[in-house]
Order: sequence, then C-alpha cells, then structure tokens
Amino acid sequence: MNAEKHPPVSLGTYLMVWLALLALTALTIAVASMHFGAWSVLAAIVIATIKGTLVLLYFMHLRYEDRMFRIMLLLALFTLAVIMLLTFVDVLLR
Amino acid sequence: MSTPTHEYHPDSTGSKIGMWLFLFTELLLFGGMFLLYAVYRLKNPADFHYASLNLDTKTGAINTAILLTSSLTMVLSIGMLERRHRKASLWFLIITIGFGVWFLVNKYLEWSHKIHHGIYPGSEELTGRTAGENLFYSLYFLMTGLHGIHVVAGMVVLGVMVWMIGKPHHRVLPVTALPVDAQAHAVSVTVEYSEDAKLDQQKLIRLENAGLYWHLVDVIWIFLFPLFYLIS
Repeated sequence: MNAEKHPPVSLGTYLMVWLALLALTALTIAVASMHFGAWSVLAAIVIATIKGTLVLLYFMHLRYEDRMFRIMLLLALFTLAVIMLLTFVDVLLR
Repeated sequence: MSTPTHEYHPDSTGSKIGMWLFLFTELLLFGGMFLLYAVYRLKNPADFHYASLNLDTKTGAINTAILLTSSLTMVLSIGMLERRHRKASLWFLIITIGFGVWFLVNKYLEWSHKIHHGIYPGSEELTGRTAGENLFYSLYFLMTGLHGIHVVAGMVVLGVMVWMIGKPHHRVLPVTALPVDAQAHAVSVTVEYSEDAKLDQQKLIRLENAGLYWHLVDVIWIFLFPLFYLIS
C-alpha cells in the first residue's frame, strides 16, 4: 500500500478554505449576538461542524485520500455518537 | 533481489493510518468531555448561560483566527516541501509555531485574568456561587487546559520537524556505492539530500503526520470556541 500520489493540492485552494473558515467564524459570532434562543445553540454547532469538515477535507487531505480513511473517521464518529446517544437516553429517561 | 542493497520503502498509507488511529483516540478523549459539557448544560441551562457571559468573546475570536491561520501556514509548509522548496517550508513551519506561541500567550492572559478575579476550581469566590457555574468553570479550565497542553505538544512536534527538515541535507553512503575504480581513494561518499528522493519522501510523510495532529488541535478548538464563548 504505497500508491498515494495525488498531485499536490493547489495553494489557492488552501487560501480559499482559510478565507471560508474566517468568514464562518465571523458568521457564528454574528448569529450568537442575535439571540435566537435555543436556535442559536443549533446554529453554533452546525457552523462549527461545517468548519471542522472543511479542515478535515482540505487541510487534513481527507478529500484526496483513499476512501478507507473517510470510512474509518465515520466509524470513529459513529462510535462517539452512540456513546453520546446512550448517555442522553440515560440522563433524560432516568 | 540479486544484491542486498539498503533500500527505503516509505509506506505513506501505512503511517497515515497509524496517525489517524491515534487521532481517533484523541477524538474520543475530547468527545467524552464534550458529552460531560452537554449533559451538565442540559441540567443547568441558566447557570451556564450566565457564566458564559463572563468569558471574553473577543479573546476567544482572536484565538480562533490565530489557530485557523496557523493551520493555513501548516498546509503551506507541507505544500512547499512537496514542491521541494525546503527553505519556504521551514519558514512556514516556524511561523506556525509562532502562532502557537501567540495562542498560548492569549490563553495565559485570559486565565490569569480569571484567576485574578478569584475564579478557578475550588476558589472561595466560586464556592459561594451556584453548582452550575462551578461546573461551567471547571469544564472551562479542564477543556481549554487540556487543549492548551495539546497545543504545546503540537509545537514540540513541529519543533522536531524544523530540526528534521533543517539539518544538513546530505547523507553518507558506504564506499561500496562508488564505482570500483574510485573506491580505493575514498573514505565515504556524501550525497546531496535533495537528490535523494526516498529520504525526501520520508520527511514529507512525517511532516504530513505532524500536520494532521496540528489540524486536529485546531478542529477541537473550532468546537470549544462556540460552546464556551458564544452560546449564552
């Protein structure tokens, strides 16, 4: 297993991703200052998830990597989701 | 295989899998803490709301921008090494470490400001307040503290990378690598590192893995920032 060889990602792509990340940070601060109540929590988490995904796909090269890497990550996130879900079921129904 | 020559077989996929497996354990470590935060927030919504008002959004936002930019310089460093611009790669790496220092200085100022006002786990000031506020600040110090330790660890790793990429770029080959008629006169052979594609490849793999760690620390902060500084 030694056939990685994707061509180098263009530096312009990195710059665009960085600008998008900064813009999303500004957006999440703006949304938080508007006081949407419970919705602002959801908005903050959604925006953070988009930012994290951008970093994972472009900066951490997951987009250009073998599909196996994405499957492995999803498996880890799924595990975390199950742990969280079961904990919340316990906390809420206790 | 006729002669037992010394060959490098850099296995980039293999070492990346190893790095990702390690990153998953980090994900679960912080994931457990995010879970703790979520449950306690659910139980003490008003206290969490009130306590998070006292965190300075501006400091948090600046630190977010610093870490995001450090991630950019990190990938630029990798991109430069891929394109064999060793010097540029080194400089971007050093700038990345510089951003790490800046982040930690801000964190230090923020923490000392809080501690100065008597807000730290187990302080007299906090024991007089609600359980929810105590939970919020305990989680704040625990999670940003553990994240800070990760930033320090990342800087150490990047420092090792600076040393690795910056050290004299040649290696010594045995005399037997020379043509037979030249062997009698030589003690050893020095090969320019830039001509040694396999060694280059090995350094690139290590730098990429170091970058993965640095970006993960960034991803964790991306979630810490809104949860502590914004949701109020």
